Amino acid sequence: MKLDSKIPSGPVEKKWDKHRFDIKLVNPANKRKFEVLIVGTGLAGSSAAASLAELGYNVKVFCIQDSPRRAHSIAAQGGINAAKNYPNDGDSIWRLFYDTVKGGDFRSREANVYRLAQISNNIIDHCVALGVPFAREYGGTLANRSFGGAQVSRTFYARGQTGQQLLLGAYSALMRQVAAGQVKIFPRREMMDLILVDGAARGIICRNLVTGALESYCGDAVLLCTGGYGNVFYLSTNALASNVSATWRAHKKGALFANPCFTQIHPTCIPVSGGQQSKLTLMSESLRNDGRVWVPKKANDKRSPQAIPEAERDYYLERKYPNFGNLVPRDVASRNAKQVIDDGRGVGRTGLSVYLDFADAIKRMGLNVIREKYGNLFDMYRHITGEDPYQIPMRIYPAVHYAMGGLWVDYNLMTTITGLFCLGEANFSDHGANRLGASALMQGLADGYFIIPYTLGNYFAGSKLGKVETGHASFKEAEKAVSAGIQRLLAIKGKRTPADFHKELGALLWDKCGMSRNDKGLKELLAQIPQLREEFWKNVNVTGSGAEFNMTLERAGRVADYLEFAQLLAKDARERRESCGGHFREEYQTEDGEAKRDDNNFSHVAAWEFTGTEGEPILHKEPLEFENVHVAQRSYA
Amino acid sequence: MNLTLRIWRQNGPTAQGRLVEYRVEDISPDISFLEMLDVLNENLAKKGEQSVAFDSDCREGICGMCSLVINGQAHGPERATATCQLHMRKFKDGDIITVEPFRAKAFPSVKDLVVDRSAFDRVLAAGGFISVNTGNAVDGNAVLISKDRAERAMDAAACIGCGACVAACPNASAMLFVSAKVSQYSLLPQGQPEREKRVLAMRKAMDAEGFGNCSNETECEAACPKEIKMSNIARLNREYLRATLLSE
Repeated sequence: MKLDSKIPSGPVEKKWDKHRFDIKLVNPANKRKFEVLIVGTGLAGSSAAASLAELGYNVKVFCIQDSPRRAHSIAAQGGINAAKNYPNDGDSIWRLFYDTVKGGDFRSREANVYRLAQISNNIIDHCVALGVPFAREYGGTLANRSFGGAQVSRTFYARGQTGQQLLLGAYSALMRQVAAGQVKIFPRREMMDLILVDGAARGIICRNLVTGALESYCGDAVLLCTGGYGNVFYLSTNALASNVSATWRAHKKGALFANPCFTQIHPTCIPVSGGQQSKLTLMSESLRNDGRVWVPKKANDKRSPQAIPEAERDYYLERKYPNFGNLVPRDVASRNAKQVIDDGRGVGRTGLSVYLDFADAIKRMGLNVIREKYGNLFDMYRHITGEDPYQIPMRIYPAVHYAMGGLWVDYNLMTTITGLFCLGEANFSDHGANRLGASALMQGLADGYFIIPYTLGNYFAGSKLGKVETGHASFKEAEKAVSAGIQRLLAIKGKRTPADFHKELGALLWDKCGMSRNDKGLKELLAQIPQLREEFWKNVNVTGSGAEFNMTLERAGRVADYLEFAQLLAKDARERRESCGGHFREEYQTEDGEAKRDDNNFSHVAAWEFTGTEGEPILHKEPLEFENVHVAQRSYA
Repeated sequence: MNLTLRIWRQNGPTAQGRLVEYRVEDISPDISFLEMLDVLNENLAKKGEQSVAFDSDCREGICGMCSLVINGQAHGPERATATCQLHMRKFKDGDIITVEPFRAKAFPSVKDLVVDRSAFDRVLAAGGFISVNTGNAVDGNAVLISKDRAERAMDAAACIGCGACVAACPNASAMLFVSAKVSQYSLLPQGQPEREKRVLAMRKAMDAEGFGNCSNETECEAACPKEIKMSNIARLNREYLRATLLSE
């Protein structure tokens, strides 16, 4: 298989304009003849559904929750980047592009990232028009803040609920199209399989989560907007229903999976409290603008934070990175936290956290200013931990957060399966090895509002798609296979619950393929995962039946997919013998312990082809070329 | 801590429901109420029994998927907190806790603690949007909005659509939910062209779904995890009156 990224020719700043002119259009009267199936209703899915429906396409959307408004984009807190340069501080499309490629540690495609930076400004305009209540200055203009290590203020925000407001904006546009009859919503549906007819994606099989019935839907294209796979680690900041199943099942049907080892670990999360915990909660990294990260200088210091004098504290980020201080990128902040904890200097009951201290900021700006800026985050922290961060320093620890990896897509967002597109976090495209803060919302909405409406039309105009109905043999066969898979799970009647397997898998991955990885650990992991998978299929106990609302069965299906996907993740991590972004291989580091890339051998996208659950996946490489950005060792010192 | 739970079990929309008693032991005070239910479900699964169905997703208080009436209160005893952010340290060892679904005519039962809140989606489809197609927008700063107005719009927009207001209201009214959306858009310049049409359509859809009217019980405000204020209902009433007069 030859990977063709279909990047247009010409200078990077002209590629998207040129492409938009070159691509074929669908006659307005013909658009209603096309049916688009969209799986997932987060920022990418909702915005794509609304925009495509506005153009006149018929759209069906499927979501796992009871309403499209609940997709996990809603939990994004901090903000959305755009190159508006409203603050007059030197920002530009070029700078946003440059920062994003550099932030991604030179493992993303220049052309995609440039397009993202270009579109960023349209996104803000459109969201304002949709009534998103962004923060404003007294004069009525939009407010900006600096975010996650950026040296310009380019982040737009709506308190600590930017994701919520952007998603509700996209959802409102979607509901308008529902009322207009252009979109039909199918809530509480889980995609179980992708249907190919004559080599093209033409439908999906869903399980109705209320009745348990399997349902077939056909269309002219399928868009997977199903988010990231962070929950493979069991504990992550993702929502409980977030999963890898839709993309994994598409992968098994021929879509290559790219860079699965690029998983972002977010530095400012509330630490794990114990074994009964189901998820981790992130707190916006905007907290690092004013909070100071520290641990005691001595190991095993059990004193309360107030009892530790200034001279015996180590503000390690400020010490090691005087230029960026507490604002270093996420991967750097996370890895340093792990390091001090490994040195025995972690704090809190479990020793698995570091302090994020606002005492100086409160002294400098006053309690009221801090309350106004971070009140909702402080309240959330207090709710969860029972501690008051106005009085004692917060404790934070890194947690799995975002998946940079995902299905491989070309410049048109099409996967290696004809007619199957992948948008938002579910694809691999724009963030390289590390995503910068406030860039995920930007990408999800860029893909949905401003890219797919063009590129999908190009696909339709350039293809001869015959009529397909759900009575087609491929639907019947797939339904039968899905049903057999469910029966197989139900028939095992073993001794362990699906959640129990999930927990064990997550612990293995976090230990050996988490914040830092090495060959020995990965090799062991690659032996342990198949054993666990084997045990799962012999010893899992799924109660209830397939023909009803059954949360245990849902979980079991997702865990079965994680047990396969985890192996690819570990394999990719082992194969990438360099450190870059969120992927830190202990063997490849500089003398100061910084990530050491190997541009000669690993400046590529690793796209994996499925060859069977027990087979060895085949690696395809898409070389990355940098014509506009100067490739350099990332340094934040 | 050890607890006794009395949980509403109902095997489908038309089945007869009842409270069933369960014991859970060794519950950490640091976990959330939903994580406590996870523990119960794991115990049930190990015994080969069916788990208790309940809704949840983000578990950080923002998606609005979780619900539950806990000891008679929607989202439980803690103010401004969704069930997923209610922690067990709010309870005492030995407590007996009653857990029921959100009950309202417009929220039909699905199973156990799960109800169907799609009525909210239909009310929003009736008018909870600004009609602007992708690609039409002017520059974000072309229309200035005072900070105060933007903040008030944001206060209303913070609604997570969980339905606690409906569950808490003796009339099962959705006025707080509807008023939040109407307020957000009526406060913003972008919402003006459809201001009258929107409020009339949403009110009508709300009534058609079978939600009751507001009789100023203020239970909704007390139950709201996002502290949406009753003053939004006053605004909704004003907007409705204004729109009725203008549309004549």
